[in-house]
Amino acid sequence: MQYLKYIGLGIVFGIMFTKAEIISWYRIYEMFRFENFHMYGVIGSAVVLSAISTAVIKKVGIKDVGGNPIVFSVKAMSIPRYLLGGIIFGMGWALTGACPGPLYVLLGNGAYMIIVTIISAVVGTWVYGMLRDKLPH
Amino acid sequence: MIELIKEPWPWYVAGPLIAVVYTLLALFGKSFGISASLRAACAMAGAGKRIPFFDFDWKSQTWNFMFIIGSIIGGFIASKYMMNGKGMILAESTIESLKGLGLTSYQDGIYPTEVLTFEALFTLRGFIFMVIGGFLIGFGSRWAGGCTSGHAISGLANLQLPSLIAVIGFFIGGLIMTFFFIPIIFNL
Repeated sequence: MQYLKYIGLGIVFGIMFTKAEIISWYRIYEMFRFENFHMYGVIGSAVVLSAISTAVIKKVGIKDVGGNPIVFSVKAMSIPRYLLGGIIFGMGWALTGACPGPLYVLLGNGAYMIIVTIISAVVGTWVYGMLRDKLPH
Repeated sequence: MIELIKEPWPWYVAGPLIAVVYTLLALFGKSFGISASLRAACAMAGAGKRIPFFDFDWKSQTWNFMFIIGSIIGGFIASKYMMNGKGMILAESTIESLKGLGLTSYQDGIYPTEVLTFEALFTLRGFIFMVIGGFLIGFGSRWAGGCTSGHAISGLANLQLPSLIAVIGFFIGGLIMTFFFIPIIFNL
């Protein structure tokens, strides 16, 4: 039962990503061609409002539902890891027109072939795990 | 009201809703990062026996799998009951460039059926779009330590410089793919 709230949030997420066409290959293609403000508006407003809520939670010291302090992860500084990993991810994002969230939402939309891409993404993650020690971080 | 829901939702509805989802997850003690589910899937499949990177308690990501199940259900509900059946409205210049690539299915749905269908999987370009594309997503997001949700939303919201570098990387990669590789792939 404790997991129901995550299913509920996921449903909101899936409906919104479908209705705002964030799962559309064309919207991502347009974004990378700078031909439509839509995706910039989505990501930009999400970031600004999330930054405000993060600042408020930190400032006020709001605890989570379990009464524990809310910890926002601090990422270790590096350039090659984020830049090179990011470039590879970005190439996959532009090809499939989807990042991991939309991959799952597309399944719900009946785009069943995307299961191939999801499995491939798991394989990519696995191969990264095998090569991890040989890659710059 | 029903009519309004059936129209495509504008960015100023979706963006704030993403922030609400992010904030509620934080209040539940979780951090919004969907690609972590891919790593957990590897761990669940037993990758941790031989690869230390996957040797962790994947059950800590159970909530993420629940979120994903919800997002599949949400996608189903929206596509089944909340659409007006009209085609997508794309920028004129985007349509021109799609025609230049030989893509004509843009009036039919939300993704190009020339490259994203089971049938297309057995063509070279379909294989590149679906299989190589997925591989790059999985490999790149784990190397970068996160995807759009983990870096572009959670990381930037917490003013993390590494996340900004990752997002810049996302765009460099996306631009190279869109302007350089995609035209080549369509000429194969």
